[in-house]
Amino acid sequence: MARIGVFICWCGENIARTVDVDQVTKEVAEIPGVRCAVNYKYVCSDPGQAMIRDRINADKLQGLVVASCSPHMHLKTFRAAAKAAGLNPYLVEMANIREHCSWVHHNRDEATAKAICLIRMAVGKVLRNRALDPIKVPLTKRALVIGAGVAGIQAALDVADAGFDVVLVERDPSVGGKMAGLSETFPTLDCSQCILTPRMVEVGQHPNITLHSYSEVESVEGYVGNFKVTVRKKARYVDIDKCTGCGDCWNKCPSKRKLSEFDYGLAPRKAIYMPFPQAVPARPVIDREACLHFIRNACGTCKKKCQADAINFADEDKLVTEEVGAVIVAAGYQLYDIAKAQKNPKYSGYGEYGYGQYKDVINSLQFERLVSASGPTGGEIKRPSDGATPKNIVFISCVGSRDNAKGISYCSKICCMYTAKHTMLYKHKVHDGTAHVFYMDIRAGGKNYEEFVRRAIEQDGAQYHRGRVSKITEEDGKLIVRGADTLAGVPVTVEADMVVLAAAMRPSDGVLELAQKLKIGYDEFGFLSESHPKLRPVETNTAGVYICGACQAPKDIPEAVAQASAAAAKVLVMFGKGELTREPEIAQVNEQLCAACYACVRTCPYNAIDKTEIRDRKGNLIKYTARVNPGLCMGCGTCVAVCPSKSVDLEGFSEQQVYEMVKNLI
Amino acid sequence: MSETAIFEPKIVAYVCNWCTYLGADLAGTNRLEYPSNVRIIRLPCTGRIDFNLIIKALESGADAVVVSGCHPGDCHYTVGNYHARRRWILFRELIGTLGIDMDRIHFAWISAAEGKKFQQTITEITEQTRKLGPYTAYRKLCEASI
Repeated sequence: MARIGVFICWCGENIARTVDVDQVTKEVAEIPGVRCAVNYKYVCSDPGQAMIRDRINADKLQGLVVASCSPHMHLKTFRAAAKAAGLNPYLVEMANIREHCSWVHHNRDEATAKAICLIRMAVGKVLRNRALDPIKVPLTKRALVIGAGVAGIQAALDVADAGFDVVLVERDPSVGGKMAGLSETFPTLDCSQCILTPRMVEVGQHPNITLHSYSEVESVEGYVGNFKVTVRKKARYVDIDKCTGCGDCWNKCPSKRKLSEFDYGLAPRKAIYMPFPQAVPARPVIDREACLHFIRNACGTCKKKCQADAINFADEDKLVTEEVGAVIVAAGYQLYDIAKAQKNPKYSGYGEYGYGQYKDVINSLQFERLVSASGPTGGEIKRPSDGATPKNIVFISCVGSRDNAKGISYCSKICCMYTAKHTMLYKHKVHDGTAHVFYMDIRAGGKNYEEFVRRAIEQDGAQYHRGRVSKITEEDGKLIVRGADTLAGVPVTVEADMVVLAAAMRPSDGVLELAQKLKIGYDEFGFLSESHPKLRPVETNTAGVYICGACQAPKDIPEAVAQASAAAAKVLVMFGKGELTREPEIAQVNEQLCAACYACVRTCPYNAIDKTEIRDRKGNLIKYTARVNPGLCMGCGTCVAVCPSKSVDLEGFSEQQVYEMVKNLI
Repeated sequence: MSETAIFEPKIVAYVCNWCTYLGADLAGTNRLEYPSNVRIIRLPCTGRIDFNLIIKALESGADAVVVSGCHPGDCHYTVGNYHARRRWILFRELIGTLGIDMDRIHFAWISAAEGKKFQQTITEITEQTRKLGPYTAYRKLCEASI
C-alpha cells in the first residue's frame, strides 16, 4: 500500500471560509493509499513546512498532495520542502482548492465536495508519479558571437573579459561593422572611429578571443551548452599570419578599380585591398572577380612584390568546427534598397527620388563617408558628380520607414537623430550653405536627444519642413526637390545641389538563413524575435541563443551596446554554473515500442527528437527508433499526442497520470 | 431525488499550464463565481491533449469535456496550440463516426488575462450540459462494446 500524505491548507480564511476543511480531512483520509491527512492554517509558512517535513519522516511518506493554492504559486515551495526531508520533489502534487474552488464557489457544500474531488484526483495522480532527477547537461564554457559590429564587439569583449573563451565570426574582411564607417555620433558628436577602433584592436588582440574574419557560420548542431558550429573561412588568398599589412601589394596592384564596399561606392579600391586603414585584422584580401590573376592568369604583381610571401593564389575556403555553449547573434542591419530591383519587391520603392539615376542623390550611410575624416574626400563635403561643394542640401527622412505602401510599417528610430546630426555636420563645414529637412515627425526620445535636434534647428539653422517629397528631378545641374510643408500649408520647391535620403533600416541579408540554422524566430520584416519583449529581451526561444543589436530591431549605438552587454551577462549567468540543470518533466521514448514512424520528429517544435538506431555489440542493426534529447526537450508533450503507438510519454503528465485523475472524477 | 432537482453534470477541462490555467487562477483572484461542476486538469500545452484523453474522460463519467489553451500565436511552446487546433478540426470529423455528441466537446482559447472569459465559458458550458442531461448514451455504448 502506498503512503501518501495529504496536507490541506486553510489559507487563513481564504479556503476555510467556503470549504469545510475538517470534513475534507476526514473524507480524504479514507482514500486508498492515503497514510495521513492533516489540515493547517498556513501550510506554506515555516511551521507548515516543518510539519510536512516531520510527517514525511514520521510516516515514511512516499508522496505528497498539498491542497492549497495554485501550483504556480507554491509548487516550488512544497517541492523544496519535500526535498529537504529527503523525498523526491517530483513526488509532490497540488490540488488547487483556492483559485479553482473556494474563491469561485460560494456554496459551502458544493465547494467542500469539489475540494474532496480535486484532492482525490491529485492523489490518483501522485500514485503514478515517478521520482525524477533534474537533468544535468554538460556545459562548454565558450561562446560564439556572430557579427563583429559594435554590438558583437561589446558582447565578445564582455564575455572574454570575464575569463571565458569567445569565438567571434565576422563575414566582412574586417571587424567594425557599420559603425566603423560613421563620421561623428549623436548626441555628443564624438568621432565614431575614435570610440570604436580601440575596441576593434582589443578584440583583435584579446587572448580569449578567436577571431574568424571573412568567415560565415555554415551550420549549427547541438543544443544549449553543447553547440557544434561549423564556420566557413572564405578564401582570402592572403596568409594573414605571414602578412605584415605593409601595403606593397595593393599599392602596386594594376587591376581595374572596383568601387569600395566600405565607402558605399563613393571611392574606388584595388583587386587586393584592405577595406579601410584601421581594419582589424589589418590584412588585405583579394577580390577574385577583379583580380587579373584569376580573370586571365595574367598578373601576379602582388605575389612578386610581397616580401613576406603571404600571397597564396591556391587558397581555398576552409571549414572550421568550433564547440561552444552559447551563441550571441549580432548580425546587424542594412539599408532599405531605394528603387532597385530586389529579391523581395516588398522592400523597394521611391524610384521618384532618382537614387542611382542622379549622382548627387545619395543615402545616409554614403553621406556619413562624405563627412568622415577617413572618407574618400578626407571629410570635405564634395558632391559625387563634380566635386563641388553643395550650397543647398536636402535631407529626406522616412525613406522606406513608416510607409505600409512600400512594405515597411515600422519606424527606423535613428533617422531623425542622424538627420539632425547631418545638418549640423554640414553646417559646421559649409558655413554659407543651407540644410533643408523634409520630415514626417521628429522622434527624439532619448537622453539629450531633443536638445540635440533643437540645436540643429536653432543654432545651426537647419530648415525643417514637415511634409513629404513627391519627386526629385534634375534641371540645369540642379536637383529640383518638390515637396510640401503641411504646417504652413504650402508646396515647397528647393533647388538643391545634393540630396541625402534617410533610408529605412532592415535586417542584414542572410539573417533569415542564419535564424533557420539557429532555430530562432523572426518577425515579418526579418528582425529576430526575442523571447519576451519586456522580461526576456535578449533571449530567444532556443535555449542558449541570445540576440543583440540592430538584428533584433532598429536601434542606435547606445542601445545596441546596452543590449550586447545584456546578452553577454546572460551568457555569463549560464557560465557561472558548473553544469546546466533542466526540469526533468520531459518526454521519454519507449524504444522497445517505437515503430520509428517519426511523427514526433516532425511535430517537435524544438527539434528535440532524433532518429537513431539500436545496434547490438557487433554493430548489427536491431531497430530504428526515435530518441528525445534531454538537453533540448521543453516538455510540451506535443509528441505524445501524435504518437500512434503511444510509445512516447511525458514525465509528470503521463497518460497513466491523466487517466488516474479522470478516473477519480466521481 | 426530488423532481425539482437540477442535474449537475461533471465537466472535465483539459487546459494548458501557461494560458488557460492562469486564466482560471485569475478568475479565482478576481472572485468570479462559476458553477462548481468543472474539474480542471492541468497539462503543459494543448498540444499534449490527444483524442484519447477526451474519450477517456467521457468514458469515466464526464458529461462534457472542454479543451482550452493559449490563443493562436501565443503558445508558450510556439506552435503546440496549432497542433491542437489542427487535430481538433480532424477529430470533429470523426466524432459522429464514434457516436459522440458534438455538443459534449468544447474547444476554447482563453489567455492568462481572460479570467472573465473563463468564467463565462464554464458557465455557458455547464448550463448547456445541464440541459443535455447525463451522458449515459455514450457510456452505454462503451459498455456494450466491451
